[in-house]
Amino acid sequence: MVKMHTARDGARHTVPARPRRGLRDLAYDPTTRGIVLQVLLVLALLALGAEIVSNALTNLEKQNIASGFGFLERTAGFDISQTLIDYANTSSYGRAFWVGLLNTLLVAGLGILISTVIGFVIGMARLSSNWLIARLAGVYVEILRNIPPLLMLFAIYFAVLKSLPLPRDSLTLPLSSYLNVRGLTIPKPIWLDGIGIVVAALVASVIAALALKGWAARRRAATGHGFPAVGIGLALVAAAPAIAWVMTGFPVAFDMPQMGRFNVTGGLTLLPEFVALLVGLSLYTAAFIAEIVRAGIAGVAKGQKEAAAALGLSRRQAMRLVVVPQAMRIIIPPLTNQYLNLTKNSSLAVAIGYPDLVHVFAGTVLNQTSQAIEVIAITMAVYLLLSVVTSLLMNWFNARMALVER
Amino acid sequence: MTSARRDEVMGHRATPARRPPPAGAGPLAWVRANLFSSPLNAALTLVGVWITWTAAYAIVDWALVRAVFTGSDGSACAKEGAGACWPFVTAKLDQFIYGRYPAAERWRADLTMALFAAGLAGVMIPGVPRKGWIAAFLLIAFPAIAYVLLTGGHFGLAVVETEMWGGLLVTLVVAVVGIVASFPIALALALGRRSRLPFVRWSSIGFIELVRGVPLITMLFMASVMLPLFLPEGVTFDKLARALIGVALFEGAYLAEVIRGGLQAIPRGQYEAADALGLSYPQKIGLVVMPQALRLVIPGIVNSFIALFKDTSLVLIIGLFDLLGIVQQAVSSDTTWLSPSTPLTGYVFAGFVFWVFCFGMSRYAQRIERRLDEGQHR
Repeated sequence: MVKMHTARDGARHTVPARPRRGLRDLAYDPTTRGIVLQVLLVLALLALGAEIVSNALTNLEKQNIASGFGFLERTAGFDISQTLIDYANTSSYGRAFWVGLLNTLLVAGLGILISTVIGFVIGMARLSSNWLIARLAGVYVEILRNIPPLLMLFAIYFAVLKSLPLPRDSLTLPLSSYLNVRGLTIPKPIWLDGIGIVVAALVASVIAALALKGWAARRRAATGHGFPAVGIGLALVAAAPAIAWVMTGFPVAFDMPQMGRFNVTGGLTLLPEFVALLVGLSLYTAAFIAEIVRAGIAGVAKGQKEAAAALGLSRRQAMRLVVVPQAMRIIIPPLTNQYLNLTKNSSLAVAIGYPDLVHVFAGTVLNQTSQAIEVIAITMAVYLLLSVVTSLLMNWFNARMALVER
Repeated sequence: MTSARRDEVMGHRATPARRPPPAGAGPLAWVRANLFSSPLNAALTLVGVWITWTAAYAIVDWALVRAVFTGSDGSACAKEGAGACWPFVTAKLDQFIYGRYPAAERWRADLTMALFAAGLAGVMIPGVPRKGWIAAFLLIAFPAIAYVLLTGGHFGLAVVETEMWGGLLVTLVVAVVGIVASFPIALALALGRRSRLPFVRWSSIGFIELVRGVPLITMLFMASVMLPLFLPEGVTFDKLARALIGVALFEGAYLAEVIRGGLQAIPRGQYEAADALGLSYPQKIGLVVMPQALRLVIPGIVNSFIALFKDTSLVLIIGLFDLLGIVQQAVSSDTTWLSPSTPLTGYVFAGFVFWVFCFGMSRYAQRIERRLDEGQHR
């Protein structure tokens, strides 16, 4: 019985039906459905956008808030505690924007450098054969990455740096630096004539060293002969600027901080806000970088290390030639994320008063002008741009490091 | 012929037995292998011992030896060389947990947290039966119960404005509402990003990348200063609700990427099998793909919850008092407890609470990960 039914059904299905494009068929057609769905989505988004714009226009008019970007030209009228470019309270809001952006870039750039160094050291330490060192590194990672970065900033800034002595009782550090509640004062280098020649020598020697490395790699690929390009390159990079340094007669002087009766004068003073932000972000991000480094090195297949040992490579050679290049492939993508996180976290500056982009622009400028939409949009666009640029750079680097499959 | 004689004739000679190798077991051997295997390692060990000793000494000295345990105001802790100011924490504990939530109504906050803890334990502990029902309770019934309990206004409960909320309560509310409210957003975005409809895909990608490219603070600023401008006249949200909207949108984008990872890990055959069975798109996703994908990304979800939990502290920048915010307020502006050691005590307490939550969750995520891994290697 059952079989017959099946057969009959099957037979019925095989009868070629007249192609009929009824409304019902159209409703079940995936392409049509897709188009309808997308049109609905577009309409919904447009309606939402229109609603937002009309509400915003009404509200802005009611609250007498100006719109447009004209405010960027107006006088800011407030001071900023750390400026890398000329700025006074008579400068424009646009100038204040650049000051804030440069301060963000400064702390993010230095933070990336420091956190990378600490992170790699801690990550390596976690894999150390020394039980105590591995444990200590583990404790560092587990404590630091489970505490909000903002809390760390508060602890460093309010509990440590703000309880430092007054300038008259400054702590004296090596290299005639002074630490007090107003910040860290270090000798300030002053560039004299001839520094350009030293910089030029440095740049030229770096280029020469890179060229040498390329030449050595090509020669090895062609003939199999090795060449100590790294050692000679490093020597070149060290020697050329040093010679230029001596030849031009040491073109640098230091403005040494002087301990006066009540205050430290001269030198370069790093704001406590800057120090707190830099230290806090670096230590926090370093914990994540350490985990990434550990995972990357542990992620290299065991057979690779064994194969390196079987080839007679020493442990150092195996690490440098076999393990690290492969680990870098695992490490780079998440490392990029951490760099981006650090850059974004630098906006925590606003909580301790370091004049970064968010503090200066989305804080003070926003409060003074009330132009929330423009200010927030510009701020977001800047961070977005930074993210995109960093991702592109790291993608380029990653592509260079990537496995070239045959 | 004796065997010794035979060896002599054949040119064999018994070599004297070597000394046994150093013991491979026992504490001494362990110390030698793990702490003093080379001169460099020995030096590192000494450095490590020094670091451990200095840190342990400083902590014990500050938290116990020089600490102040009794007192009713800051003068007790203001003496020269005082360590931690513990009476500050005990005196302020209620405030740190509930903020300015009225004392008579605090049982409502307690009950909410207890219900949540019970529900969470039911979902998280392996082996508890009826997980589906418990999860449904947590996701559907609990938010409604919590809302009624915490805000009041129904069933004879007094109304408690959200401005009165604070401390750990706000931290938990922001974190839990953030993750629950962001979940549907994340599901939609993750599916949207993998859709073959170009407009759906590109708008999902645009939203996700936009949000992931900016700091949470700018999202919170947006929610607190821009959102009111976008709303029609007469519609207002209080500060907490605006922060929650910002957090949910932010977390939605991050969670979407986690879920997308799970979706990508599902073999194509599963989609094709669902298609072959004639399942519709919602059936395919809801019955076949999502259950498998979500199971895979539980550790990722817990990790992003940890990140969110830490990020909740940022709401203090837009003027809400979460745990960190209330501690910060107490150490900076409460003149009764003013003393040099108060700030550090407050931060250490807050840090410890955050650390316990985050560390506990990260351990849980690792355990789940291991369990999932075991399931993979049959």
